[in-house]
Amino acid sequence: MPQRLASWLLMLPGLVWLGLLMVVPCAIILVTAFYERGTYGGVDWSVFTFGNFARAGEWLYLSIFLDSARIAGLAAFLALLIGYPAAYAIARSAPRHQTALLFMAMLPFWTNYLIRTYAWIVLLNPTGLANNFFQWLGLTSGPLPLLYNEFAVILGLVYNYVPFVILAIYSALQRLDPSYAEASRDLGAGALTTFWRITLPLTAPGVAAGAVFVFVLSIGNFVTPDLLGGGKLQMVGNLIYDQFLTARDWPFGSALSVFLIAVMLLLLFAQAVAANRARGEGRGHA
Amino acid sequence: MRRAYLVFIYVFLYTPIAVLMILSFNKAGMPTAWTGFSTDWYGRLLESPKIIAAAKNSLIVAIVSTFIATTIGTLLALGIERRKASTSLDALLFTPMIIPDIVLAIALLSFFTMVKFTLGLHSIILAHVVFNIAFVCAVVRARLKSFDWSLTEASCDLGAGALTTFRKITFPLIWPAVVAAALLAFTLSIDEFIIAYFTAGAGQGSTTLPMQIYAMIRFGVTPEINAMATIILLVSFILVLTAQRFNRGSVPGT
Repeated sequence: MPQRLASWLLMLPGLVWLGLLMVVPCAIILVTAFYERGTYGGVDWSVFTFGNFARAGEWLYLSIFLDSARIAGLAAFLALLIGYPAAYAIARSAPRHQTALLFMAMLPFWTNYLIRTYAWIVLLNPTGLANNFFQWLGLTSGPLPLLYNEFAVILGLVYNYVPFVILAIYSALQRLDPSYAEASRDLGAGALTTFWRITLPLTAPGVAAGAVFVFVLSIGNFVTPDLLGGGKLQMVGNLIYDQFLTARDWPFGSALSVFLIAVMLLLLFAQAVAANRARGEGRGHA
Repeated sequence: MRRAYLVFIYVFLYTPIAVLMILSFNKAGMPTAWTGFSTDWYGRLLESPKIIAAAKNSLIVAIVSTFIATTIGTLLALGIERRKASTSLDALLFTPMIIPDIVLAIALLSFFTMVKFTLGLHSIILAHVVFNIAFVCAVVRARLKSFDWSLTEASCDLGAGALTTFRKITFPLIWPAVVAAALLAFTLSIDEFIIAYFTAGAGQGSTTLPMQIYAMIRFGVTPEINAMATIILLVSFILVLTAQRFNRGSVPGT
């Protein structure tokens, strides 16, 4: 059997499955977004309209998008701030320990997302460990409002996604040739200057990959704002959920999803272009 | 200082999980103040028919979807690795990993509704295979990167058929990756919530464990949830650790 045919035959079941149950459903969402909702829910396929997109652009919904983007952006920034030093510390550890250290950082990432989020309700509620601890220290007299607000949502997002940031930056640090930093030190630059001028710019693709990943998964998140925001905080994910299960306006929910995917694709594309450029420059220097 | 920071990050990552686990052995119904050691809450779990039914559903979904995804995903990896690199194929396989769960969930619900497919455990299985194919394929492909294709060529040259070559040469070399991929797929499926929630249909009969947990969490913190969460976390830890033992590097980055 010719090689090409064999390769296609092996790929066929997987491609059919992904085509039928991922590509086609996403295409349906894209099409649905241009029709009107039916009188009793569902879709009225007789009226073609741009109305759903116009509505998504209204301030009521646009502000939810902007809020989500702000929260996702903050979560990405904080995850980088916490994750970068951790990745750096792992990359500078004894080589025989690095795999185990990285594995320990990644392990929570592979456990149940709902449970990891619920764990913060246990910690942050008014009679929870965090509040008891603060009162025991005498820092506060009564319980602090730690739960069901933006703080809790951002904390939850950072907690859930920081392992991925550590992985992305660790990979970038590993590919980094240590002689660049050594040369910088030999030429008289301090540790901080070397980090700012050499290490950080050279690991920028890892930073970008980590940031885009956290942003994308946060902006479309449903569980974290729902559980830790206490229903007071609406993000795009919750808005889409409501359109499908509560308001039963599937076309509008579809338009919001298309909008969300468009933002994501734009970011991923920008990141891929930036990474390619960085690789090109790397070759130029070598 | 490096060591102190590492301690900080692991304390941050593991404290919530540890507190949850410790409180699952708390005697009183209060979820926070320690009132003595007890395993009563674990007993309660076994007495709840709802939780047992949900656990059974989750196991069915995870086992069947893992079996299908491991088979299809491994074949896909073998097919892709023997042809030229393709950006569009890579993008297609990257999509299930990065697409927001909620979007894939509503897309599948719309699709199933449109083709008038009855929802239930079987539709959750079909949906879970989608993202599991991508993960299985990624793990097996990583293993195939170091695969010496001249071995299969030699086997074919010596007259072995495609199936014999797979059975005698390819599979014995890649099976640790296939087992690891299956364990990870199982973990992902048993933990997945939103896609299952949207594709389960209206009936109570197809409630999975994460759906049951979500319903319970909305009523507040209970030691019972802590006990169930502890079991699920431990199962995930064991599965992922086993996957890592079988095939170093199957957990991305390690």
